[in-house]
Amino acid sequence: MRSEREKEITERAVLEIRGLQISFKQYEKGFRQTNLDVIRDLDVTVRPGEIVAIVGSSGSGKSLLAHAVLGILPYNASLGGEILYNGVVLTEKMLKKLRGEEIVLVPQSTAYLDPLMKTGPQIRKGKNDRKSREKLDRIFTEYELDLKVQELYPFELSGGMTRRIMNSTALMGNPKLVIADEPTPGLHISAAKRAMGHFRELADLGAGVLLITHDLELAIETADRIAVFYAGTTVEETDAKNFRSCETLGHPYSRALWRAMPQHGFEPIPGTQPYVKSMPKGCPFGPRCPYFTEKCTEKPEWKTSGTGRVRCVLSGRTGAETGSRCEIEWQQKER
Amino acid sequence: MGKNIFIFTGKNLVRMVLLVIAVSIAAFALMTASPVDPLQANVGQAALGSMSAEQKAKLEAYWGVNDPPVQRYLTWAKDFIRGDFGVSLQYRQPVADVIAVKLKNSLFLMVTAWILSGVIGFVLGITAGVFRGRWQDRLIKGYSVLISSTPAFWLALLLLMIFGVWMKVLPIGLSVPIGLESEGVTLLDRLRHAILPAVTLSITGVSNIALHTREKMIDILESDYVLFARARGESTWEIVRRHGLRNVLLPAITLQFASISEIFGGSVLVEQVFSYAGMGQAAVTAGLNSDMPLLMAITIVSALFVFGGNLIANILYGIVDPRIRRGGAVQ
Repeated sequence: MRSEREKEITERAVLEIRGLQISFKQYEKGFRQTNLDVIRDLDVTVRPGEIVAIVGSSGSGKSLLAHAVLGILPYNASLGGEILYNGVVLTEKMLKKLRGEEIVLVPQSTAYLDPLMKTGPQIRKGKNDRKSREKLDRIFTEYELDLKVQELYPFELSGGMTRRIMNSTALMGNPKLVIADEPTPGLHISAAKRAMGHFRELADLGAGVLLITHDLELAIETADRIAVFYAGTTVEETDAKNFRSCETLGHPYSRALWRAMPQHGFEPIPGTQPYVKSMPKGCPFGPRCPYFTEKCTEKPEWKTSGTGRVRCVLSGRTGAETGSRCEIEWQQKER
Repeated sequence: MGKNIFIFTGKNLVRMVLLVIAVSIAAFALMTASPVDPLQANVGQAALGSMSAEQKAKLEAYWGVNDPPVQRYLTWAKDFIRGDFGVSLQYRQPVADVIAVKLKNSLFLMVTAWILSGVIGFVLGITAGVFRGRWQDRLIKGYSVLISSTPAFWLALLLLMIFGVWMKVLPIGLSVPIGLESEGVTLLDRLRHAILPAVTLSITGVSNIALHTREKMIDILESDYVLFARARGESTWEIVRRHGLRNVLLPAITLQFASISEIFGGSVLVEQVFSYAGMGQAAVTAGLNSDMPLLMAITIVSALFVFGGNLIANILYGIVDPRIRRGGAVQ
């Protein structure tokens, strides 16, 4: 039975992912076939008009999430869980119509453009009728791109032009859901924020934007909500503003991320993210968690925490215990 | 850009001249080191045995047998540059004439095989790449692996047996019908005689090109830009047409022109099996009978062919690939 709140989310969300699982078939030592669970339990919800950031470290399988939603996973990958689009389970048949039209991907680099095709025809997907030509001209003008850029090949573009062209591909359709996969790699935060401005505009027009990034600072600055992703699992989903202080965060990993930010002490936590093949039982963060208890070896359920939800057995009573630790960090910094 | 093309072509011409010099020196050195007796090659063993020592000395002086090798090479090279390739000891005709006739016969075989194997290999390779892992791919891959592990001469013999001996629909060998005067040979006769060797060469050439094209196609289909194209709703067919062909063309050009050397090499064996009077057979005859002038000329012509093929591929690359063509325009 779903609660009223969940029902409401489903009704309002443009994208709702529940318990997403992605695994790869792999052959070990030649013959033995194993399944690599790259994404084990991912939940995220995107509503129209908001930017939701999925934040996780490199190698946590974030890009696969984008590919899963678009139905473009590699042939040896298999998918579990539910992906709902406007409250309906997304099927391959629906995707065929929606891809590039309502659900659009904004990739990260020039590698996602055909090196031997001029940008104009490429963005128009080979269409050369007057309507699509005019539409592209309009988008280019909007993004302050010279119309002549349409005649350039990807290798002739500057970094900034590439970025804007990537964004412009999204507008060729009629986007309701924009998935941006590391859209600002290597950009300085101020430049990245400017680039994110385009996504805000899309959101203001009513689209839901899913931002996939490893850049927590960017997410805090530009997103409405943040889903923290660790070792194939979403551990916390909360308002971006809750990341302004440590106390408002529910999961020890979110707090660790917060403390690792340069302005909050730059303090790393010991250990590394577990490899897919040696995943701990229960909470994936357990082995690195300072508040680890016996209960953590069981899979923690979602718990509401303030304006978000968190997947931690401690949640609800952590305020006093872990909150005090945040306090100490803060005081140290103030001095 | 226009200037670049001239520099590029000029550089390659210099390279070609150096290559020809190196190849000719190597070939000459090898032949000098081998137990070749130009006298015996010229007059035959029986005639040589019945000659007096005086006659032999005269002939030796005429052919320059006792001159130092370097001097002989320079004499040959001087004449070669002037266009005098010497006289074939075996055919007793100017080498240039022999090569002209043989090359004409061979060219038909080689060009047919080159085009057929290129086109069929390209189409099969793309099909296999697109249907990777499905039955179409398995069939094409299986065929290609089978054929590439089959020796060309064995395949030639097999085809000869089937079409020449059992079905008797095609001639078993030679480039023209036996017992006909050369005036009486029609174009159709020549074609009929060229079919089997050309088909053999094509079949063996296909597998290599198909397998390479397949690999390239798979690489392309796994690339980020194809992933993005799929994310933008392009269908498999649209992706193959719009991105696949475009990107597979460049490696295909390299492959196609690099295959000239293989077809040249293959023709030696195949012409031998079918007793087809072409360049390959002339090379074998020249080698076995110590016909030095002919062998030298054939070696150099072959080198020019292979080098020319690669050169054309490089020039085409510059024309087809915008990254090279417009490379100068990047700021």
